[in-house]
Amino acid sequence: MDLAYTEEEEAFRDGLREWLARALPTLPAPPSPHDWPGRRAYDTAWQRALYDAGYGGVHWEATPTQRLIFLEETEEAGAPYVGANFVGLLHAGPTIAAEGTPEQRARWLPPILRGDEVWCQGFSEPDAGSDLASLRTRAWRDGDHYVVRGSKIWTSHAEVADWCELLVRTDPDAPKHRGLTWLALPMAAPGVTVRPLRTLAGSTEFAEVFLDEVRVPVDHRVGAEDDGWRVTLVTLSYERGTAFAGEVVACRRVLGDLAREARADGRWDDPVLRRRLGRLSAEFGALWRLAQWNASEAQHTGGVPGPGASVFKLRYSHARQELYDAAADVLGDDALDLGRTWTRERLSSLSYTIAAGTSQIQRTIVAERLLGLPKGR
Amino acid sequence: MDFQLSADQRALRDGFREILRARFGRDALRAAVDAPGLDRELWRALGKAGFFALCVPEARGGLGQGAAEAVLVFEEAGRALLPGPLVATFLAAGDVEGAATGETVVTAVSGTLVPWLAEADVVRGDVTAAEPLRSVDPLTPLHRVPGRREDGPDVSLLLAAEQLGSACASRDAAVRYAGEREQFGQPIGAFQAVKHLCAELLVRTEPARAAVYAAAVTGDPREAVAAKLLADDAAVRNARDCLQVYGGMGFTWEADVHLHLKRAWVRARLGTTAARAEEELAAAL
Ligand SMILES: Cc1cc2nc3c(=O)[nH]c(=O)nc-3n(C[C@H](O)[C@H](O)[C@H](O)COP(=O)(O)OP(=O)(O)OC[C@H]3O[C@@H](n4cnc5c(N)ncnc54)[C@H](O)[C@@H]3O)c2cc1C
Repeated sequence: MDLAYTEEEEAFRDGLREWLARALPTLPAPPSPHDWPGRRAYDTAWQRALYDAGYGGVHWEATPTQRLIFLEETEEAGAPYVGANFVGLLHAGPTIAAEGTPEQRARWLPPILRGDEVWCQGFSEPDAGSDLASLRTRAWRDGDHYVVRGSKIWTSHAEVADWCELLVRTDPDAPKHRGLTWLALPMAAPGVTVRPLRTLAGSTEFAEVFLDEVRVPVDHRVGAEDDGWRVTLVTLSYERGTAFAGEVVACRRVLGDLAREARADGRWDDPVLRRRLGRLSAEFGALWRLAQWNASEAQHTGGVPGPGASVFKLRYSHARQELYDAAADVLGDDALDLGRTWTRERLSSLSYTIAAGTSQIQRTIVAERLLGLPKGR
Repeated sequence: MDFQLSADQRALRDGFREILRARFGRDALRAAVDAPGLDRELWRALGKAGFFALCVPEARGGLGQGAAEAVLVFEEAGRALLPGPLVATFLAAGDVEGAATGETVVTAVSGTLVPWLAEADVVRGDVTAAEPLRSVDPLTPLHRVPGRREDGPDVSLLLAAEQLGSACASRDAAVRYAGEREQFGQPIGAFQAVKHLCAELLVRTEPARAAVYAAAVTGDPREAVAAKLLADDAAVRNARDCLQVYGGMGFTWEADVHLHLKRAWVRARLGTTAARAEEELAAAL
């Protein structure tokens, strides 16, 4: 067991730090959270800057350890998040890289890396959430096109996306896990309607997407027809991978800020609050170590995150909610003031035990795949 | 960075697990419960296997290993519920004659408690006013002392490693039982309520493991205290959930579940306790 970084890894860190120190001061002011075109422009410009500096593909091409260093350093430096590039860089991109044809990789990957094109994820439907494989959006062949009819929901970034990784049913007679197909849908295609949905935080982070006989060329299919479930599992394993490691670093910083505020306003005299923050410090320290453990494990197994990512996701999403509940204790009446960042973060933390597989679904995955417990009747 | 066990570390852990299986398997554990008392022969066998001398420098006849190796063998000791003042004797192996070989049994005041006082040859700390209490753990006799003796982070780290091993044992026992015991015509592990209990058993052990191993590698005293906090929690709560999975059987003297729970309670009071750990970590924020 070795927690010291190699010379190569340290060189990667140093280079990145130097570049961040030069690049961050030139960034424009971040846009308002409600200004979607502004957010898209900001996020894609950042991805372009990363690309020009040689870090554009860090989520795919770097070793798991380098990726961890990247997430740590960018977070420490206060750099922007992946934002609107999330699906492109962490879902669709890796899936196309693993399952696409050479032509597909050449068509879709460079624009993702350069920040030219934004992707969204059209998996969930009104009647297919946790039971994703029961989805009903239909696609049938018409010459060299698929015709798609149905609707998707909770599609993050749909308002500003160019492409959608779309899961559709191509064989309605097959068992539900077969008969699905993974398509790249151009959001500008006729018949696509996006209706933003308002979250409990007041923002429009996600949308409903209606698909009315939308024509998608057959060569936009990734993987074989009716083999979409397998292709999807590739995507989901990336989604639940080390993506949260940078946020753990951020949470540790928030803890320090909370302690500072509590000391300043006298709440620090409350031992219950102090002990709560002390325990959270142990919690996020351990989560960071677990991220390092998982990265080292992925380094040995060739980079594909395993189901151990579910353990991390479960623990982290609950820890994050506890953090912002503790923040509310520090804030007192200010916890009701939407002008405070922590109040807004507390609201957004509520999605963590739901998005990307609910905690209940994750526990079932852990019990069945990691612990080998039998499926129920 | 390579934060995974090396081949040598895996071999050390597996080797020690084998030794414990042979010398202190389930029958030996239950025999010890029926006839409490320190088994000097077992203690010497541990000495012979290099358990106590593991971190004594080679120049002084030890194995010259580090804290990372120490936590691996203590994890196994915790898994097997190995009794005795292991931590005190281990930490005394470099300077108390006979401790390294298992001839001399060393105990120490830890907080306001002293385990195994009557059986120890050497005692660290002031025990002049020690009073026995009726220990909840049948395998850990305890005395109480009026003064407090603060333990160093090395004590907390080794206790945390034992707690981790115990948490893993409870997890394994619960998962095994859930796969075997049938009700309503199927294994109880097929019921989601039981499945989710078992999942949480794993979700508790893995962050604790990362914390314990990292604290051993970095030698950071604060990380050791944090690791103890998480490992105490994992050991106690895993034993509790394991008890629930066992149903009525979990409430019996026969099942080992209560032995893990009681020992976990004892270890939680030794070394840095939760309240102190939390205050210490908060102060550092
Ligand atoms: C902020 C946010 C962003 C999102 N972004 C996207 C996106 O970009 N693209 C996309 O496709 N989707 C997205 N989602 C959707 C997300 O993946 C789903 O919300 C999630 O999978 C749960 O599905 P559901 O909402 O239909 O809830 P349901 O599946 O209806 O679940 C409701 C409750 O029932 C429980 N439950 C359901 N089935 C079981 C079971 N078998 N065992 C035990 N409990 C069960 C759940 O745990 C939950 O508590 C997003 C969601 C959020 C909150």
